[in-house]
Amino acid sequence: MTVYVKGVVFDGVDFDDPNSWNIDAYIQRGGYAALKKIIAEGITQDTIIAELKTSSLRGRGGAGFPTGLKWSFMPRSFPGQKYLVCNTDEGEPGTFKDLDIIVNNPHALIEGMIIGGYAMGITVGYNYIHGEVFAAYERFEAALEEARRAGFLGDNILGSDFCFQLHGHHGYGAYICGEETALLESLEGKKGQPRFKPPFPASYGLYGKPTTINNTETFASVPYIIREGGQKFLELGKPNNGGTKLFSVSGHVNRPGNFEVPLGLPFSELLEMAGGMRGGKKIKAVIPGGSSAPVLPGHIMMETTMDYDAIAKAGSMLGSGAVIVMDETVCMVKALRRLSYFYFEESCGQCTPCREGTGWLYRVVDRIERGLGRPEDLDLLESVGKNIAGRTICALGDAAVMPVQGMLKHFRAEFLHHIEHKKCIVPGY
Amino acid sequence: MSDLNSGLSPDSLAQIDREVAKYPAEQKRSAVMSALRIAQVEKGWLSADTIKLVADYLGIAPMAAHEVATFYNMYDRSPVGKYKLTVCTNLPCALSGGAEAGEYLQKKLGIHYNETTADGKFTLKEGECMGACGYAPVLLVNNHTMCNHMTPDAIDRKLAEFN
Amino acid sequence: MLEIEIDGTKLTVPNGTTVIEAARSIGTHIPHFCYHKKLSIAANCRMCLVQVEKAPKPLPACATPVNDGMKVFTHSDMAVKAQQGVMEFLLINHPLDCPICDQGGECQLQDLAVGYGGSNSRYEEEKRVVPNKDLGPLISTDMTRCIHCTRCVRFTEEVAGMQEIGMAGRGEHSEIMSFIGMTVDSEISGNVIDLCPVGALTSKPFRYTARTWELSRRKSVSPHDGLGANLIVQVKSDRVMRVLPLENEAINECWIADRDRFAYEALNSEQRLTKPMLKQGGQWIETDWQSALEYVGNGLKSISREYGAESIAVVGTPHSTLEELFLLNKLSSALGAGAASFAGRYADARLTKAQQGATWLGLAIGDVAQSKAVVVVGSTIRKEQPLLAQRLRQAVKRGLNLSIINPMDDELFTKLSGKLIVRPDQMVEAVAAVVKAAAEHKQQTVPAEVADVVVSDDARSIAKQLVAAAASEGGRATVLLGNLAAHNPRAAEIAALANQLAAVTGATLGWMSEAANTVGAQVLGMEAGNALVKPRKAVLLFNTEVEFDSHDAQVALATVKQAEMVVAFSAFKHAGVEYADVLLPITPFSETAGSFVNMEGKLQTFNGVVKPLGDSRPGWKVLRVLGNLLGLEGFDFDNAEAVRKAALPQGEVGIAAKLNNAVNGVVVTLQPAGAGLVRLGEVPIYQGDALVRRAPSLQKTRDAAAPMVSLSAATAKQASVAAGDKVQVKQGDAQAQFTVAIDAGLAEGVVRLPVAHPKTVMLGAMFAPIQLTRA
Repeated sequence: MTVYVKGVVFDGVDFDDPNSWNIDAYIQRGGYAALKKIIAEGITQDTIIAELKTSSLRGRGGAGFPTGLKWSFMPRSFPGQKYLVCNTDEGEPGTFKDLDIIVNNPHALIEGMIIGGYAMGITVGYNYIHGEVFAAYERFEAALEEARRAGFLGDNILGSDFCFQLHGHHGYGAYICGEETALLESLEGKKGQPRFKPPFPASYGLYGKPTTINNTETFASVPYIIREGGQKFLELGKPNNGGTKLFSVSGHVNRPGNFEVPLGLPFSELLEMAGGMRGGKKIKAVIPGGSSAPVLPGHIMMETTMDYDAIAKAGSMLGSGAVIVMDETVCMVKALRRLSYFYFEESCGQCTPCREGTGWLYRVVDRIERGLGRPEDLDLLESVGKNIAGRTICALGDAAVMPVQGMLKHFRAEFLHHIEHKKCIVPGY
Repeated sequence: MSDLNSGLSPDSLAQIDREVAKYPAEQKRSAVMSALRIAQVEKGWLSADTIKLVADYLGIAPMAAHEVATFYNMYDRSPVGKYKLTVCTNLPCALSGGAEAGEYLQKKLGIHYNETTADGKFTLKEGECMGACGYAPVLLVNNHTMCNHMTPDAIDRKLAEFN
Repeated sequence: MLEIEIDGTKLTVPNGTTVIEAARSIGTHIPHFCYHKKLSIAANCRMCLVQVEKAPKPLPACATPVNDGMKVFTHSDMAVKAQQGVMEFLLINHPLDCPICDQGGECQLQDLAVGYGGSNSRYEEEKRVVPNKDLGPLISTDMTRCIHCTRCVRFTEEVAGMQEIGMAGRGEHSEIMSFIGMTVDSEISGNVIDLCPVGALTSKPFRYTARTWELSRRKSVSPHDGLGANLIVQVKSDRVMRVLPLENEAINECWIADRDRFAYEALNSEQRLTKPMLKQGGQWIETDWQSALEYVGNGLKSISREYGAESIAVVGTPHSTLEELFLLNKLSSALGAGAASFAGRYADARLTKAQQGATWLGLAIGDVAQSKAVVVVGSTIRKEQPLLAQRLRQAVKRGLNLSIINPMDDELFTKLSGKLIVRPDQMVEAVAAVVKAAAEHKQQTVPAEVADVVVSDDARSIAKQLVAAAASEGGRATVLLGNLAAHNPRAAEIAALANQLAAVTGATLGWMSEAANTVGAQVLGMEAGNALVKPRKAVLLFNTEVEFDSHDAQVALATVKQAEMVVAFSAFKHAGVEYADVLLPITPFSETAGSFVNMEGKLQTFNGVVKPLGDSRPGWKVLRVLGNLLGLEGFDFDNAEAVRKAALPQGEVGIAAKLNNAVNGVVVTLQPAGAGLVRLGEVPIYQGDALVRRAPSLQKTRDAAAPMVSLSAATAKQASVAAGDKVQVKQGDAQAQFTVAIDAGLAEGVVRLPVAHPKTVMLGAMFAPIQLTRA
């Protein structure tokens, strides 16, 4: 289920109407007005980028990089082909916001990408969609066809000189393709193995051409910003944390789902919107930004607001906005074991520390979980983690280490209990 | 399942052509993921012969297609049952019954993960995050159909549909 | 230029230099596995992590470009900890049993582990075991040892041109392999053995036969193609155990072709001839050198007396050393038999007469790849010149326009800018069309002899590319003639037109020499052509197997069979057993001092790396004794160097003076295509010389597969045959049966069936009419 409070991404979407996704419904609720305005008024590329900067929109994929700044990096006068790419390869455990965007409001994304193409002088775009949500790929393809027929996509858009082609591309089961350079490799028809940076995609991206990559939610926020103004968007959130944000709340809550709320909302309010703790149990821990973010104890979270800066201050990351809530019945060793297995399973195998290290981490955690841990294992985990973090080609190495570090930081006693007593401190989930 | 040695059907080739058209003419390789998916739907799984068919059709090295077919885990490199069921057991799903759904299916079908029922009807797989954690437990049928909120009751109903 | 400081040493480097290259330039070695100067940067092993000032994390030196003012610390605490961490990860799943690994003692992982590895392992889980793969007869695998550096993958894709090896799977389950059921078939595949930093890919023929520290290393030069690849020959107990490349950027870079690497197996072959032998009463008996040479001397004298010296034919091959060929040629002249002949597959006597000097590449090997347009005329270039083909492939990536004028359209694993694919009997007309197009394009008078040729768009485009490349600033255009041009019955006309094409377009003309010493033989004044096309009374065959080394095996065999005396100087017992009277064991290149002149006219000398086997002797010594025994003047030499001095009194200067690709007085007569089927008979890559023919591992490769009859689909249809059918092939009176294969790259009417193969020697000439019937 999806709930929106102050709508940007889901502005006007009727989640009970099965046709609310289509182009007619989208236009009826103000869709494509931003694009029409740009074309009709001949709004300049600089103006659009300035508006984005005003909005303080930050990349919604996890890194939180200012979008306006990113768009300004694209060499607009570059003579050859350039590409615009959307990252809908959503597979970070806990994250399921992009799925809802594509299924319920695909045209907001499409319009956002068209505006991106216009602003950066790009004529071809691709949207890379997580393979497991194949229905979303099919929905996107259907929406593209609608947009083409309506003249919003293709050659001479709305009678102007501006041309923009947009295509869907699906993944087929590889978390790593959410990493932007792995995504580009995959889009080129190769294994999704991240590239070493530099060069960055802005200079050497898809097919070696300058490429801008943004997250689904980021693009889907753009039409609102252009239509309503960057200042209005900014005011929805708080300074440096402009706009609304989709939070995917999962785990031990009564109403898991996506919640589009202003950045800076207290976590306690978000938890309440999600129906509070399931079965009235006590909150134990929260992973506030997708599985790669360090876990925080529940009591710290209850004192924190949901924005990039506050979560960072609390010792974790807002990441993709995936909030995994765990109650007092959760064994943290078992929870970590499952996450560590995930990174081990999803490591692309390209670079040594990640290929060899993620398996090592998993096996040690698994050993502890099975009651075979040794007192020195916690130091070993930390040491192996240090040898992975910061030494890999992409951030998956760091992502595999952060849950381990977070768990050991806040729940070390629970791990020690496991090792000493060969069993869990709590009954398993 | 069609003859493994025969080529791809005209319908599959037409679908592949539509995918190829999305990319620059000299970048046909970009269509390999779709092409393998389309070939897998037709043939049931990706044999070496099928991978080579796809590679030859796109004009890429067979090894290049094989790398892709073995890197992405929704491609099946060995035969699977008529219904391939993939359960997500990752942490967010596990907190909401994902692990139990997997256990229930194993019991119900009498197979472990990565096994196929004796009648060749069902293959059970443990999956990684599908990006649908809010709908846990989730079950993916034949890669392309997502089933939400798969409690034991819902699983029973779903299996009944297939029988 | 950028300034950088590495471990306190300041230096300046050009823009675009990476940290690892900058460090190397001052002798600072940064440990690495995946980095290789000839391959794309992968940055996957992470062994080369170094500390860079202001960077919060260690950076891979191989992938980090130098910035101005950058300070790098390769041995700081941060760098060393990072390197040690990576080493630990590399070793956790790597077997620690170096003593039983074939790479032991020459393993980069082993070497670096000594410096960066811990003394015991913190990893107590079960180690990964990876099944081995069948990569073919040349490369052995021990995949559990693989560290996933992907050098082999990048080599096949980037250098060999076809991704035959890949890394399948994901994460810890990634495995290096070839495609299921396929082997690695590249003609330069063996280089992955050198590239592999661990014992995962090793030489199959060499496997477990010696330890690196037991081997002595000696320099040598490849005796196969005209490139003259530099070799390190590794020897144990007077036996060649292995051949590796000796890096020479100007010639072979750091690569060698598989035949350079694996042909050494023939040196230790059971077929080696180790005793002089005489045929007496139809029986072969071993004898001593004195008796054998006296027999030869007496025979030559009496035949010369009885039939005249011109009834003697002296035949060599361009795979012999300069010293051998010099004395062979001298012997022939001194006997009164004229120049010795050396290129039995040449069929156009007009070419030899018209040539103005020794044909050669026309430029330095390295400069070929600097051309902006290259047209290859008549060459199975990947098979004839594997490393030159590789250079062209790299050049194409940098913008070279490569075109071919060929009787087949084989996969070259590179982008072609133009091609003319014609019947072998239409090669002259194809080149003529480009000459005419070039003249028209430059608005020059079209030479009369090509005026009537029909110019296709492809011919026009090739001509334009040549003209544009030659006219571009600092540009160069090159026309390269290959073996299929040299062996063509109308080779003189092809050469004349190629000269015209070069002249009209401003291109350089070059010949890609067939063999290691093709240029040398010409410099010595030997006769290019086959002396066995007419009956002879005495034949001296030097390192020559007439059935494989002749344009028409049957004609040559008939000649030697009718001769009164045939003397075979050979390193091997060969078919001469049937027709010769004397077999004289001479040594292969590895057992004699000598020299070759490669296609660019470079003289490369080498010493013997092992002692002559049995009673075999270096060819130059045998010829010296024979000359003396015959009482001929000027056969007294103390060593090979003295022979060389006599052969080339002015050394390399003397060679350079004779290099000339011009031809004079060739009349070009355009002809229509023949009405019937025509044979395209190339020499297979592993049949070209006596060594490769006897290298068992090379003979197991796909390139050495039994010959088939290849036809285009249209030709097959006309002949009412299909792939897999058995067909009866007829040339003159000779016939044999083969299986049909479809080759879409052939012109209509072409029957591709290699020569120089035991299965095809009963047939006739390389490019002659041929008939085909369903068997």
